[in-house]
Amino acid sequence: MTVAGFAFYVFALTVLAGGLFTVVSRNPVHAVLWLITAFIGATGLFVLLGAEFLAMLLMIVYVGAVAVLFLFVVMMLDVDFAELKAGMAKYLPIGLLIGVILLVELGMIFGAWVTADGVEMLAGPVVGEVENTAALGMVVYTDYLLLFQLAGLILLVAMIGAIVLTMQHRRDIKRQNVVEQMHRDPKAAIRMVDVKPGQGL
Amino acid sequence: MVGLEHYLGLAAALFVIGIFGLFLNRKNIIVLLMSIELILLAVNINLVAFSAYLGDLTGQVFTLFVLTVAAAEAAIGLAILVSFFRTRGTIAVEDVNVMKG
Repeated sequence: MTVAGFAFYVFALTVLAGGLFTVVSRNPVHAVLWLITAFIGATGLFVLLGAEFLAMLLMIVYVGAVAVLFLFVVMMLDVDFAELKAGMAKYLPIGLLIGVILLVELGMIFGAWVTADGVEMLAGPVVGEVENTAALGMVVYTDYLLLFQLAGLILLVAMIGAIVLTMQHRRDIKRQNVVEQMHRDPKAAIRMVDVKPGQGL
Repeated sequence: MVGLEHYLGLAAALFVIGIFGLFLNRKNIIVLLMSIELILLAVNINLVAFSAYLGDLTGQVFTLFVLTVAAAEAAIGLAILVSFFRTRGTIAVEDVNVMKG
């Protein structure tokens, strides 16, 4: 077995173990950490496949932003996991059954997979000549420009939505009112008093 | 020699684990959202594997957009969860239908 093959099996095992322990974990923080393990395994797999830009993107966006967001929410909400896990035993057999059936079906599909003749190469230069990031850039900013801009719009809308959902206006704290501050009249704001030496105001 | 079918089998197994997690954690929204992330990760592995074995960058471009949408959806889902928790004090999913209307 070559090093690449060995690496594939190590990363594949990491991904599967991470995924499995995410869904059966009793502690929510542990669950998020196992999810991060799964993402790290997937990053390794993407590097093996030559998609290093996506691998780093996965690390930065998924682990660095999404999983950290999950951690924040888990630690902020005081969740009583025990009562939520109580229903697990009831759904375990049916979940296992459906999981096994689905896995067998997918195995049958992938086992009989035959690539059609004349598969057209649609986009992108050959991987050996240009590195992955540059090749992706050449494709995304030309052929898929509209999708790229729409993805940016989606992110903007998601940001606005999250702010709208969770922002609470608190009345009991002091705030600055910049317009009011700018419109202060020095004549009305300052009062000149003649103070005799040795006496206070 | 690691071929395409290894990656597809791995993605299928991860997909099934995600669905298994959906079944198991029906009451727990946080682990539900994490199971959805696992499902999306399985799809991403599939797309990138095909992209690598066909020499075509379309799969990786698609993965880029799936990543974007998954991150946006996780953020919104957690925002809903947080505002739900603020009013209810619990995250038991069976009460979620009171949000309608």
